[in-house]
Amino acid sequence: MDYHSPASFTEASALAAATTGVTRFLAGGTDVLVQLRSDMVTPDLLIDIKKIDGVSDITRTSDGGWTLGVAVTGAEMSEHGELGRDWPGIVEAMDLIGSTQVQGRATLVGNLCNGSPAADSVPAMIAAGVTVSVTGPDGERTVPVKDIPTGPGRTSLAKGEVISAVNIPPRGPNGGDAYLRFIPRTEMDIAVVGCGISLRVDGDTVSEARVSLGAVAPTVLLVEECAKAIIGTALDDAALDALAAAASAACNPIDDKRGTIAFRTEVAGVLAKRAAKIAYARAKGEQA
Amino acid sequence: MALDDQKSVFKFVGTRPDRPDGLDKVTGRAKFGADVSAAGMLHGAILRSPHAHARIVKIDASKAQAHPDVKAVVTRADFSDKVPFKPGLAGEFWNVLENVMAGDKALYDGHAVAAVAATSALAARDALKLIEVDYEVLPHVTDVDKAMAADAPVIREGAADYSVPEGLHPNVVRYHESGHGDVEAGFGEADLVVEDSFTTEATHQGYIEPHACLAQLGADGKGELWCTTQGHWIAQKTCAALLGIETAQLRVTASEIGGGFGGKTTVFIEPVALALSRKANRPVKIVMSRSEVFRATGPTSSASMDVKIGMKKDGSITAAQGIFRLQGGAFPGAPGDMTAMCAFAPYNLTNVRQVGYDVMANRPKQAAYRAPGAPMGAFAVESVLDELCNQLGLDPVEVRLKNAAHDGSKASYGPTYDQIGLVKTLEEAKAHPHYAAPLKPGQGRGISCGFWFNHGGETSVSLALSEDGSAQLMVGTPDIGGSRASMALMAAEVLGIPYENIRVTVADTATLGYNDVSHGSRVTYASGLATIKAARHAVERLCARAAAKWGIPEDAVKWEDGCAVPSGPNAGDFDPLPLADITANMGATGGPISGHFEATPEGAGVSFGTHIVDAEVDPETGKTAITRYTVIQDAGKAIHPAYVEGQYQGGAAQGIGWALNEEYIYGEDGRLQNSIFLDYRIPVASDLPMIDTVIVEVPNPGHPFGVRGVGETGIVPPLAAIANAVSNAAGVRMRDLPMSPPRILAALKARDG
Ligand SMILES: Cc1cc2nc3c(=O)[nH]c(=O)nc-3n(C[C@H](O)[C@H](O)[C@H](O)COP(=O)(O)OP(=O)(O)OC[C@H]3O[C@@H](n4cnc5c(N)ncnc54)[C@H](O)[C@@H]3O)c2cc1C
Repeated sequence: MDYHSPASFTEASALAAATTGVTRFLAGGTDVLVQLRSDMVTPDLLIDIKKIDGVSDITRTSDGGWTLGVAVTGAEMSEHGELGRDWPGIVEAMDLIGSTQVQGRATLVGNLCNGSPAADSVPAMIAAGVTVSVTGPDGERTVPVKDIPTGPGRTSLAKGEVISAVNIPPRGPNGGDAYLRFIPRTEMDIAVVGCGISLRVDGDTVSEARVSLGAVAPTVLLVEECAKAIIGTALDDAALDALAAAASAACNPIDDKRGTIAFRTEVAGVLAKRAAKIAYARAKGEQA
Repeated sequence: MALDDQKSVFKFVGTRPDRPDGLDKVTGRAKFGADVSAAGMLHGAILRSPHAHARIVKIDASKAQAHPDVKAVVTRADFSDKVPFKPGLAGEFWNVLENVMAGDKALYDGHAVAAVAATSALAARDALKLIEVDYEVLPHVTDVDKAMAADAPVIREGAADYSVPEGLHPNVVRYHESGHGDVEAGFGEADLVVEDSFTTEATHQGYIEPHACLAQLGADGKGELWCTTQGHWIAQKTCAALLGIETAQLRVTASEIGGGFGGKTTVFIEPVALALSRKANRPVKIVMSRSEVFRATGPTSSASMDVKIGMKKDGSITAAQGIFRLQGGAFPGAPGDMTAMCAFAPYNLTNVRQVGYDVMANRPKQAAYRAPGAPMGAFAVESVLDELCNQLGLDPVEVRLKNAAHDGSKASYGPTYDQIGLVKTLEEAKAHPHYAAPLKPGQGRGISCGFWFNHGGETSVSLALSEDGSAQLMVGTPDIGGSRASMALMAAEVLGIPYENIRVTVADTATLGYNDVSHGSRVTYASGLATIKAARHAVERLCARAAAKWGIPEDAVKWEDGCAVPSGPNAGDFDPLPLADITANMGATGGPISGHFEATPEGAGVSFGTHIVDAEVDPETGKTAITRYTVIQDAGKAIHPAYVEGQYQGGAAQGIGWALNEEYIYGEDGRLQNSIFLDYRIPVASDLPMIDTVIVEVPNPGHPFGVRGVGETGIVPPLAAIANAVSNAAGVRMRDLPMSPPRILAALKARDG
């Protein structure tokens, strides 16, 4: 196994492009090292991206959005007051990952690129309309988070491509987001269902919404029908029921050791309702 | 029968000093199984079957053997061929041998088929990939009911012992039936009969420390073994048999132990490490991964049960019957007999009948797990009792009190109870503020009683006094629950010297006589009894020295508050002679002073508990929160109350896991799906409420201070108490464990049509 710690994303990309073996980027390592130790994946090339300038920065952009370096940890996000005031849903989703120890290492991009349909931060990022900057052999491109996962453990990144930044849009006025997951315990577990919702209100009426579901299909879903069910409503019971029905209808889950098809389908609707209420209260400034 | 020297007023016993091993443990100085190394040490790794059931056609290890880092490869051929196969548990050494290294067939996913020793742990792991095994995959079965069905694949012909009636499937290897009275007549007298079926899934003991050992065995047949174990003498005896060496030539030292709960009462990797060491002529260390722990050690049995109970309108039980089928992996040993015997033991019944089956399936060999077999039976029986109470509109504590076994009751499993504490635990439950506390909407309350036999076992203890008046105590039972503190307290009580002046050591197999495993809740009882007797032996010798000094007869001297004193005014007028004054010149007055005791004490004293649980069920997701938990249990006499409470709380915590989320999940292919803590859902700290405890003390007549073991009873009631709480909260009877959210949600949906 070769270990490299390049000084730039271009160099990281070139290293990854030049190899024929199994490559892993090393961000927090909370997936990579676990897979290595348990003999699941033994990379031939390990590219540590934590030595690249700026990878731990959280920066406000000129338009009021945010740029996060790819090595920013969950703990750094939780401790950053302003980011959490703008995007409490993204921050709480990331904060659900693992334990205090894991929080000190784990990153958004690692969570995304590990490719798990149950990754907690991904529905929150998709709901928020987050994009990532990708550096590759052919230069840089910007990709919506929703287009990165292509299946369990798989991403749309081409050989030699590395994510170089996370771009969170400006929150703007009267917006709120939330993320909820279902686990049978209270912590240290993997989502059986996850739901991220971001919305904007105009008075009492939902004017914009994005609803994303995790762990109910091979990839995290952005569910248009869910958004339609609540846009133009004051999130009354009928709208919530329509939201739940749309969420359940969008599910294409599996029966496995973590949950059954029937359970995931049902609980997706329950979580969608509960997350929508929180996001709505946040948008109206009623709840942090 | 009461001991005539039983004591009831104490100076040290009943206090809560810090444990002697505490500082070592919080500073990381304590040496656990994986914490030792030896010069020239190799690392062992074990190749495990990926199949649930397969004939091993051929093992080709030539590539591994040729690797420069590999120093030895072993297969079954490297173990003794003189271990006899016998049916049932008569051939337990053979069963263990077959488990630690497969013979002709791999019997479960994770079964060891070969092992290597190499110069590093990584090299050993990689070398396993060089071993080629040809398997002929066979049909498998992992479910207990399916394993008993006519078309089930036969795991091993001839494994059934004499107890099994004609006509049962060869996978049924032991059978138990007991009871008294006429159950059919009893059901006829009932106003209501409830009959229901229940299942529980296998759970793992879940100790935090994986199995680990360091072994050395030379061509001269002499060996040393360091390992994490609940019993190093059984490890010594078993390893010696499996390797064909003499028992006394293998010296075994028990490390500090990071949990066992019954799962470390046998051997897994130790014989393999010894075999590798003998072949490589170097010390070999093996440390299991968590996945290996799940796949190839423990777990407890899974169960399928039918229970029928008849009750009159006033709550009196007219008859009770249970059929308990336990699956214990591909070997005899599932404790169906224990389940049957414990199931109705809390109740004073005129008509009772119980049947237990020990059934083999393609799963790892079950190992003891706190009160092995009892929790499952209690779950079924106490669920039916709860249902009867609900349907007849009776209070669950009153009904249990009405039927409770008491001193002199004939137990459901045969004997007549001596002095027992069940009624006292129920009275405490009734009086506890928890029982009267109002429940919020969505919450339910559950009650359950539980019983465990407790055990004595072979025990040997030695106590040696030092010149400065301190004492060293050698016990042979690994400390799995603070027992060194309890031993020191009991020795201090007899010797009359401070707790801090006594150092307790878990001696190795070369230093002390045979000691049974730390199991059966026996340590504080049996090693405690032996400690008291060994200390009394030393006291006799101290008194003799004082008598000699004073020139009076030995029986004219007694021991009081750490001093020899004349036994009465007629004995003469001498100042009290403190222990340290006697030991100061013991070399000149007759030599070192020690005390010893060896026996197999028989008066362990059964133990009962009653648990009260509140649960809240989220009707939309089926998720359960345990909101309040109270454990009430008879300890006989709590030597160190904090560690007694710890046992009670631990039983409740493990029971919460077993009841709600823990389970062995097998795929269609017979492979274990969740061999990591991520997916094997043991409770985390935030899942648990504060667990309240009440220690009842009804002295055990069979122990000098009245001790009853407390380690196991605490896990008997939780499954049932939690199931009753959840069923009452959800408004639907939960009959299958674990009560995971998908199961509860499905039950709620089924209830609502
Ligand atoms: C105890 C424990 C608990 C956990 N709990 C949860 C949980 O509750 N929820 C959850 O979702 N996850 C959980 N995880 C998984 C893991 O912590 C998260 O997925 C985490 O966000 C991964 O981030 P990382 O920085 O550690 O990734 P790494 O392990 O460093 O990398 C993960 C993957 O991302 C790729 N990668 C990393 N950086 C880049 C980049 N810049 N460009 C392209 N590819 C990249 C790597 O090649 C690798 O394939 C848990 C893990 C552990 C050990």
